[in-house]
Amino acid sequence: MLLKVNLAVKGLGRFLVRGKHLSCSASIISRGLVCAQHGHTGVYDVIISGGGMVGSAMACSLGMDPNLEGKRILLLEAGHKKVMDRVPDAYSTRVSSISPGSATLLSGIGAWDHISKMRCKPYKKMQQSLLYVFLSSINHSTVQFAERKLGDTKVWDACSDALIIFDKENLQDEMAYIVENDIVVAAITKQLDSLTDNVEVKYRTKVVKYTWPTPPQASDIVPWVQVTLANGETLHTKLLIGADGPNSMVRRELGIPTVKWNYDQSAVVAVLHLSEPTENNVAWQRFLPTGPIAMLPLSDTESSLVWSTSHQHAEELLQLDQESFVDAINSAFWSNENQSELIETAGTMFRSVLSAIIPSAGSPRQLPPSVAGIVPKTRVMFPLGMGHASEYIRHRVALIGDAAHRVHPLAGQGANLGFGDVACLTQLLSQAAFNGKDLGSLQHLLHYETERQRHNLPMMATIDLMKRLYSTNVAPVVLLRTFGLQATNMLPMLKEQIVEYASK
Amino acid sequence: MYFNKLHRLLTGLYSLKAVPDSGVLRGLSWTVARRERTVRRRRSGCSEREHRAGPPLTGARAVSQTTVDPDEVKRFQSLASRWWDEHGEFAALHSMNDLRVPFIRDNLLNVHRARHPGKPLAGLNILDVGCGGGLLTEPLGRLGATVLGIDPVEDSIGTARLHSSFDPDLRQHVSYSACTLEDLCARDEPEVAQFDAVVASEVVEHLADVEMFASSCSQMLKPDGSLFITTINRTNLSYALGIVAAEQLLRIVPSGTHDWEKFISPVELERLLESNGFSVQSVQGMLYNPVSGAWCWTNSTAINYALHAVKLSSGARDSGSEPQENTTHTSTSI
Repeated sequence: MLLKVNLAVKGLGRFLVRGKHLSCSASIISRGLVCAQHGHTGVYDVIISGGGMVGSAMACSLGMDPNLEGKRILLLEAGHKKVMDRVPDAYSTRVSSISPGSATLLSGIGAWDHISKMRCKPYKKMQQSLLYVFLSSINHSTVQFAERKLGDTKVWDACSDALIIFDKENLQDEMAYIVENDIVVAAITKQLDSLTDNVEVKYRTKVVKYTWPTPPQASDIVPWVQVTLANGETLHTKLLIGADGPNSMVRRELGIPTVKWNYDQSAVVAVLHLSEPTENNVAWQRFLPTGPIAMLPLSDTESSLVWSTSHQHAEELLQLDQESFVDAINSAFWSNENQSELIETAGTMFRSVLSAIIPSAGSPRQLPPSVAGIVPKTRVMFPLGMGHASEYIRHRVALIGDAAHRVHPLAGQGANLGFGDVACLTQLLSQAAFNGKDLGSLQHLLHYETERQRHNLPMMATIDLMKRLYSTNVAPVVLLRTFGLQATNMLPMLKEQIVEYASK
Repeated sequence: MYFNKLHRLLTGLYSLKAVPDSGVLRGLSWTVARRERTVRRRRSGCSEREHRAGPPLTGARAVSQTTVDPDEVKRFQSLASRWWDEHGEFAALHSMNDLRVPFIRDNLLNVHRARHPGKPLAGLNILDVGCGGGLLTEPLGRLGATVLGIDPVEDSIGTARLHSSFDPDLRQHVSYSACTLEDLCARDEPEVAQFDAVVASEVVEHLADVEMFASSCSQMLKPDGSLFITTINRTNLSYALGIVAAEQLLRIVPSGTHDWEKFISPVELERLLESNGFSVQSVQGMLYNPVSGAWCWTNSTAINYALHAVKLSSGARDSGSEPQENTTHTSTSI
């Protein structure tokens, strides 16, 4: 009975509304058609905002996917085109750690060939590049290097003798490669040049405004993302990919909240001369109470420094003359002043207990190389922070790379998380296209978000935890992490898992 | 609650209408079944016999072909604007695309080789019967096929047209027509056999006369053309979930909302298609998970299933009498 009344009311309402509704929908249709005829520039399938390493890799990766053949893809970059006809002597300074997973992506889009060709002169015979797990992704260097093999990675604690050695003997493959960012971008740019049919690139193009579509239902306005450029041009796209860095305009305009904090830390980077030529295939990282300091081998006589410390200390380090700076580095690596006897004893005991349980575990100690000088004008500092967008996607929008997540460089994962985003999103979009889906549809974008957050968040949390764990002098914490480091070092299984996760 | 949702999603229909001849779900007499079928057929896009000049079927059937039922049309009008909400009432139909689009695509690709990887179905003509808001029509169009979507409900067609009008890719590949399958057969008489594939997804369970539907499909298809059907089985399980649990025990849905008698088992459908000059290639069970909102393939065709049949090129269709018996048998055998 109630149902019938309900139905009657609904029917009546529908009757009243119907006339209006029909004429309204007719006008909507005609408007849609007019608008479509108007904007004859058409609708892009994907616009990528930001042509850095991650953004251009995204464009390239989409442009090369067979299932996305014939799609209109556009890359927008505010800077000029970065062409590298020949490898310059003086190198641009930023360097990234490229995990094997990222290397797979880059070779999949054909860029890895260019990368290995671009810097091979001095070390061609050594093949393969540096590998290291736990170390900085970003540093500045003017040294000629690109491919150098790294034997192992040592991580230890300034407040105790605890040490983990990640050495490649335990591992099948390399842990990571170190490549200059500019080389990565130039290599991808070269690939993009061969994809002009599929990917359009606009350099020196600034976006001034994004207009978002209303949610999915058939609505009365254009259902695409509108991108207004500084030159007044308006573009439409079914999917916008925001690859515009940690201060992402796409993210801000969407109003996606970001969890972020500054570490009150800065990183000081430089290129170091070693006092004597060595095999130099070990990446060293030591946790000081002020922050981690890392030395990455570049050549037999040179290493790259990344020193995370307080802003004030960083300023001071920058002001020091060369000799005092070198002294500061050496004492940071060698000094025992932060070690207390209690921790020392406890650590030794724990180690001997562990060795009793697992004989022959652990590796013999090595000492870090001492530093003789620095390459002039390579000393630079920049502030460190961490940020994570609470959402990676919205209807017709996805964030990738630093626009979605920014990490402390201590684990060298910044670029890798970005390339991981690219690989994941490419695969999902390719599948979506093969299934005839609307590329901007929330359904597969949600898969992207879930999958990447599942990978990125634990990584970010671990990096952040490590950073915090090692920023303290409090005895129990030091004791705990001493045990932790030592136990980790003794357990090859655990080490392998850490490396495996970092290698993705 | 889930049962309610489940069943609604399973059938792809959200019926507000309480069917008057409630509850008598088993042991329906032939006449009752007949009446029911006629009502349902009006929505189905499989009526309008009087407009048709094609080969006659039985006289008894022709009498029952009337215009589209206004109640059914109204119900769908109210739904039309919600067709494209991926998380709305048609969420299950949206997510069913994850199975049915690959099913159609891969079966077609087995026959027609893709020349353009980005547009695997380029060059194929597809007819989407009962397209509704174009949920399945658009993906097929994006794959490069030229798709005609038909549905008797004008509002659905309006929604579908509007939705595809914005996308330049779709404008070239997708067109819609508010008509029934029979309209089309009558209209296109000179060049009926023009489609490489006919798709009828979640349509058959609402048809009054599947027999005629099959012959109409055959008429629209090129020789060796494919017919794709997804529908719901008539089994104890679909009865238990959809009718007993949702309607009678939990009383979530008014008793008599769903017409389990309309559901058709794969065996019946297969027999019916084969008697109409089709050869059934594959039957695959589908399972909906109401919690995750996703579909997956399953070996059991107990609830939902997808079927692929090919029109035999010989065109040897059986005479009208045998299918007639089949239909009768279908209605009374339960």
